[in-house]
Amino acid sequence: MKNENLINGVLHIADTVLILGQRNAAWCAHGPILEQDIAITNITLDLIGQARNFYQYAALLINEADNKNETEDTLAFLRTERDFKNLLICELPNGDWAQTILRQFFFSSFQQLMYQEMIKSSDNQIAAIAAKSIKETNYHVKWSSEWVIRLGDGTDESNQRMKNAIEYLWQYTGEFFIAAEYEIIDVAALKNDWLEKVKSIFDEATLSIPENTFMQTGGKTGVHTEHLGFILPEMQSLQRNFPGAEW
Amino acid sequence: MNIQIKKFYYGDIPEENTGGTGNTEKSSGELSWPLWEVFIRSKQGLDHKHAGSLRAADAQMAVENARDVYTRRQEGVSIWVVESKHVHASNPDDAEMFYEPASDKIYRHPTFYDLPDELKHM
Repeated sequence: MKNENLINGVLHIADTVLILGQRNAAWCAHGPILEQDIAITNITLDLIGQARNFYQYAALLINEADNKNETEDTLAFLRTERDFKNLLICELPNGDWAQTILRQFFFSSFQQLMYQEMIKSSDNQIAAIAAKSIKETNYHVKWSSEWVIRLGDGTDESNQRMKNAIEYLWQYTGEFFIAAEYEIIDVAALKNDWLEKVKSIFDEATLSIPENTFMQTGGKTGVHTEHLGFILPEMQSLQRNFPGAEW
Repeated sequence: MNIQIKKFYYGDIPEENTGGTGNTEKSSGELSWPLWEVFIRSKQGLDHKHAGSLRAADAQMAVENARDVYTRRQEGVSIWVVESKHVHASNPDDAEMFYEPASDKIYRHPTFYDLPDELKHM
């Protein structure tokens, strides 16, 4: 298929931000305090907005190459678990607030570096989406960094919860930098900048980076944790039960 | 039985009810972060106007919460936050002597002048 790598690369990013958006959305009305409930759901809407842009572009490319009739909705709601190429870290359960904000910090810091590269892309559509999205992502990084510092350098309880979150999530961060064959940018090259950012925030938060741990992979090629199998039926139930439903 | 009812006006909230920087004491099972007043400037050249209030653990969080709560529909270009306990307010019981004497002094209004068209926001 024409542009197959580009299509998969765009779908990979679209799936990643959609699944993280779907996860974060579960905080709606359950945030630790009203103001932070609004903050996390604002971030959710940013992510879902970014997913729409990438799905729309993917649909355009697929229809061009294959004479199909895909839309942003068919791509989001009618593909199966094996088709989804999202990063594993996005499909993990929200856990407590520490786990949610640490995941956001790990991911947004990576996404910020990714968009900085994508802005330079010769593909105008990719460059334009990245330029629009990075403003949102810059805020996500700021917001989540401050939470990491606040909880890490907070009480014994909050510090312990951050440590638990690090222990659980760290093994899913290696996947950021292991390139799939379709990758739009050179992700491996972002690793040092990312580690430096994490280290600077962790230093301030009195937290430390785990030493050499095993890294989970598979999301980019459709091999997922058990969790995605529960997210998709819920997220897709409406379109599966009432195909083409609109409101 | 002697029941005392005390009214609190803005700015007269006692210290123990306002929390305090970094204070996370619990009251009736809920986190009590200090209350902050939020002022939003809707566009350059206009003044900051009171938009509402919110809770936050520190000034930085208050600014960000204000961004998320009060500017998500493009309401502003600048944010001020002030901890509510620093606001001193007039007492509603003083309304009679404070405000009523002004009601029959129409000559204090600059309505007898013709304003030039170039003058905005008067």
